[in-house]
Amino acid sequence: MSKNRNKQTKHLILLSSLAFGMLGFSFALVPLYEIFCEVTGITGKTSSSVAVEPAAVMQESEREVTIQFLAQVSRGMPWEFRPTKHQLRVRVGEVNLTSYYARNHSAQGVTGQAVPSVSPVNASRYLHKIECFCFTEQYLEAGENQQMAVRFYIDEELPEEINTLTLSYSLFNVPGLEPSSLAFVSHQP
Amino acid sequence: MAEIAGHTIPNRSPLLAFFERWFLTTNHKEIGSLYLWLSFVLFFIAGAMAMVIRLELGQPGMQFTDPLFYNQMVTMHGLIMVFGVVMPGFVGLANWQIPLMIGAPDMALPRLNNFSFWILPFAFTLLISSLFMEGGAPNFGWTFYAPLSTTYGPPSTDFFILGVHLMGVSSVLGAINIIVTIFNLRVEGMTLMKMPLFVWTWLITAFLLVMVMPVLAGAVTMMLTDRHFGTSFFAAAGGGDPLLFQHVFWFFGHPEVYILILPGFGIASQIIPTFARKKLFGYHSMVYATASIAILSFVVWGHHMFSVGMPLAAELFFMYATMLIAVPTGVKVFNWVATMWRGSMTFETPMLFALGFVILFTIGGFSGLMLALVPADFQYHDTFFVVAHFHYVLYPGAIFGIMSAVYYWLPKWCGNMYDERLGKIHFWTAVIAVNMTFFPMHFVGLAGMPRRIVDYSIAFADFNLVSSIGAALLGVTQVLFLYIVIKAIRGGEKATSQVWEGAEGLEWTIPSPAPLHTFETPPQFPAPEEAYKHE
Amino acid sequence: MTSIKSMLQKGLTFSLLLGFTRVAFAAAMDVRPGVTEMSREIQDLHHLSLSIVVVIGILVFGIMFYSIYAHRRSKNPKPADFHESTAVEIVWTLIPVLILISLAVPATRTLIEIEDNSDPDLSILITGSQWKWHYQYLDSNIGFYSNLTTAQAERDNLEPKGINYLLEVDNVLVLPTNRKVRFLTTSDDVIHSWWIPDFAVKQDAIPGFINEAWTRVNETGLFRGQCTEFCGKDHAFMPIVVEVQAEADFDQWLEDQRLAIELASGQAVADRAKTWAMAELMEIGEGVYVDHCATCHELDGAGQGSTYPALAGGEIPNGPMEAHMDRVLNGAADTEMQAWAPQLSDLEIASVITYERNSFGNETADLVQPITIFEAR
Repeated sequence: MSKNRNKQTKHLILLSSLAFGMLGFSFALVPLYEIFCEVTGITGKTSSSVAVEPAAVMQESEREVTIQFLAQVSRGMPWEFRPTKHQLRVRVGEVNLTSYYARNHSAQGVTGQAVPSVSPVNASRYLHKIECFCFTEQYLEAGENQQMAVRFYIDEELPEEINTLTLSYSLFNVPGLEPSSLAFVSHQP
Repeated sequence: MAEIAGHTIPNRSPLLAFFERWFLTTNHKEIGSLYLWLSFVLFFIAGAMAMVIRLELGQPGMQFTDPLFYNQMVTMHGLIMVFGVVMPGFVGLANWQIPLMIGAPDMALPRLNNFSFWILPFAFTLLISSLFMEGGAPNFGWTFYAPLSTTYGPPSTDFFILGVHLMGVSSVLGAINIIVTIFNLRVEGMTLMKMPLFVWTWLITAFLLVMVMPVLAGAVTMMLTDRHFGTSFFAAAGGGDPLLFQHVFWFFGHPEVYILILPGFGIASQIIPTFARKKLFGYHSMVYATASIAILSFVVWGHHMFSVGMPLAAELFFMYATMLIAVPTGVKVFNWVATMWRGSMTFETPMLFALGFVILFTIGGFSGLMLALVPADFQYHDTFFVVAHFHYVLYPGAIFGIMSAVYYWLPKWCGNMYDERLGKIHFWTAVIAVNMTFFPMHFVGLAGMPRRIVDYSIAFADFNLVSSIGAALLGVTQVLFLYIVIKAIRGGEKATSQVWEGAEGLEWTIPSPAPLHTFETPPQFPAPEEAYKHE
Repeated sequence: MTSIKSMLQKGLTFSLLLGFTRVAFAAAMDVRPGVTEMSREIQDLHHLSLSIVVVIGILVFGIMFYSIYAHRRSKNPKPADFHESTAVEIVWTLIPVLILISLAVPATRTLIEIEDNSDPDLSILITGSQWKWHYQYLDSNIGFYSNLTTAQAERDNLEPKGINYLLEVDNVLVLPTNRKVRFLTTSDDVIHSWWIPDFAVKQDAIPGFINEAWTRVNETGLFRGQCTEFCGKDHAFMPIVVEVQAEADFDQWLEDQRLAIELASGQAVADRAKTWAMAELMEIGEGVYVDHCATCHELDGAGQGSTYPALAGGEIPNGPMEAHMDRVLNGAADTEMQAWAPQLSDLEIASVITYERNSFGNETADLVQPITIFEAR
């Protein structure tokens, strides 16, 4: 009888651990999802880390691709936000510079965060951003405007069938932050 | 003095005795009945919501509701049917039958059993009361995608989250109880490969529950922190991703739908051999097929998300894996047919419902196979074609499964035969009504009608009218079912121990109605012929 | 005798089912062939899978019905003994696998073609929001909103419903034939989904992310679709209408749009220069309110619970003008209150704010001129 009870207790402990383990697994899915997407490049999210300037030795191939630039402003965000150039024809491997124009139309200072997205999904890991206003939050005083730079290059490994990329930034309001605690990237192109 | 189930209890008023019996019971039969009655009550509540939906959809234009209320009906109908009707219904059957089928005196953890049940009325009171809260009930579909549910959900969403947590705890504890019971309390001689198939399917279902309900808990917790504690799991603004929600949800959601059907498979595997008077064909194969379905169910979740912009490789993987599930499912259907073949069949109500289950569930399986093909799915996804598919596998699937089980085992539970003539009427009107309600949905879906809409283009009007009339008829059949059950409990032809001529299994060796305490000494297994008394 | 009778019965059932499947391929019950190569391939795939499952169903259910007839107790009092056969299990595992492969091959081929978004001739950015679509032609900077135009009276059953009930919009998306069009979809708020059955294009619009899909349409015409991802109150009321024109006509249309934009900005300049009277603003404002605001805030300004605040006696319409302008221009973050700045002209916004401040029992007597709105943007 007690042998049965011991077995039952063992089963109970094992099954409860399984349940808690799966709960932990569901939270682990958050970083796992990120890692999976980064490793396979299949999310359209470009890496949020700064890419290294390619060594000067990189051969600039003859291959050209088109890159389109889009801007979205989220609701309640009183900024005008648009790419200065809608589309560029670039060579793979070559470092390029473009910018986005932003203007705070409201009567108070506002902090914004731009979130990038790349299409097609498979192209996102081949777009390397050396400098981007999306790496940090951006603060604009009331009425202030800014040209915000993006320096990037497209990896030579970009699959052959991809000839058009689209980089889109969605701009969101980040409430309640002290302006002095933020660094912002500002560049005159 | 009060009298409970044959025991006289001193110093108890009848009211106190009633309270003690039903709130404090640790008896698997009483708890089984509690689950079944809860399921039945919620069936009527969620069914009424379906009536509201079909009433509005009967004709184009807004007649009876407004979009805000309608969306609440759609959401609550789904939530209550999934979590309040099918799951507690199957758990109630498990509670009643598993100890009886394995020759055990009760579940392994009787007090945990009581707790698992009693969480539920509180969880559903919380959920249903949200209808009366400011902002109304949850209105974002039973699949509650972010950010509709996180950023734009009404205040009652937080109560919904709490309700889901409570239901999850109940399910996990109940599943643990079932596994421990099955592993430890089987009578001597009943190896795993000699267990009745209903016990097998519940064992596998219980493992699914233990593994995926915590994932749902994780998802709703992330929802809660996104809503109130500054996290951004599912919001792009903070670096999160709405698609993460869908992946986590469907990682739970797909095994969940197998949780909703596997016990039904087990029930069919009990009923068909009984009424064919022939052993189940391919017992081993049936066990392996069920296990394969359960394992495969973990790797197909992406088929709910084909239109989100997944890369080609992922689409192909999920397509192939989903198509593969059709194989073990087909094997089960063939085995049931082979059980029927050259048997000696009679068609009492349990058998009618079991056969209806096999045929109509298979039709649902066919539309499921069609949905698996990604390019075609681009035309089916989020249309009424999907609604038709899952209602076929859930209504003539899970619900017919529960109904057939109730007709099959009710004489054992209450000692009286139900009215066979009424049972047959219930079956035939249900079959007609179910097909009238859900078959036209295939057509409007293919013609382009999206799901979860309160109003639609006039091109879809005719089939929607047919569907709504069918739904009204279906609603009426439920009342008939309730009447049949209550009538049988109150009296009828006395049932023998074996009840059904071809029935085999330990549950048929005890008297009908089953005494409150059974198998306090372990029975002999396999049961000898004389154990099935026919008086 | 029995066997002939049962054969006749089987034959009859078979023909009925065959007849039914023929009828089923009629327009009302079938996936449409559509107007693109992909939509036709998808219809073929649908027919293939439907035929296969119908045949399997006839076979399996036929055997079942036969058994129900021939193996019922009165016909077969002694049940057989067999209950397993490994050989049979293997056969009925392998045959379904072969059938599945026959479906997987064409499905894979079509899917690979569908997912090839390369080398488009034209790119369109589609943004879903609650509850309308915005289209932007990326190569030409032409953009506009597309709203449902079915009258409320039709929806409330006060007027007969038109043939395109719930499938008509103010501004249609215009596309050329024979060019590869790339659709980029995203959203402003919750997940929506853009679907045109005739193109067999369905793509979710996810906030913060862009997705791509493509089509190449072979014929001219008007094609309608709907939002196919549950997105809240008016999910049923954000249709999609596409007009496909011959290439030359399309090029002309693009030119016309450019001109229209210039004209509109000219009109806007004129509107700003003028000082508008209260009566004029109220009239225009009422029209704007009914078209865009009443769906949430109700025709009488009573709102709907806490989700859609009442404007009658409300804080914002009776409070400072700046706050009211900010709310209408920029929306409210994390709510369904849209930013109307990109969607309405200065005159429209000035009018509707004036209307709100002087209706539903609000009596601020305030009015605001289009030039003020222009400066506030």
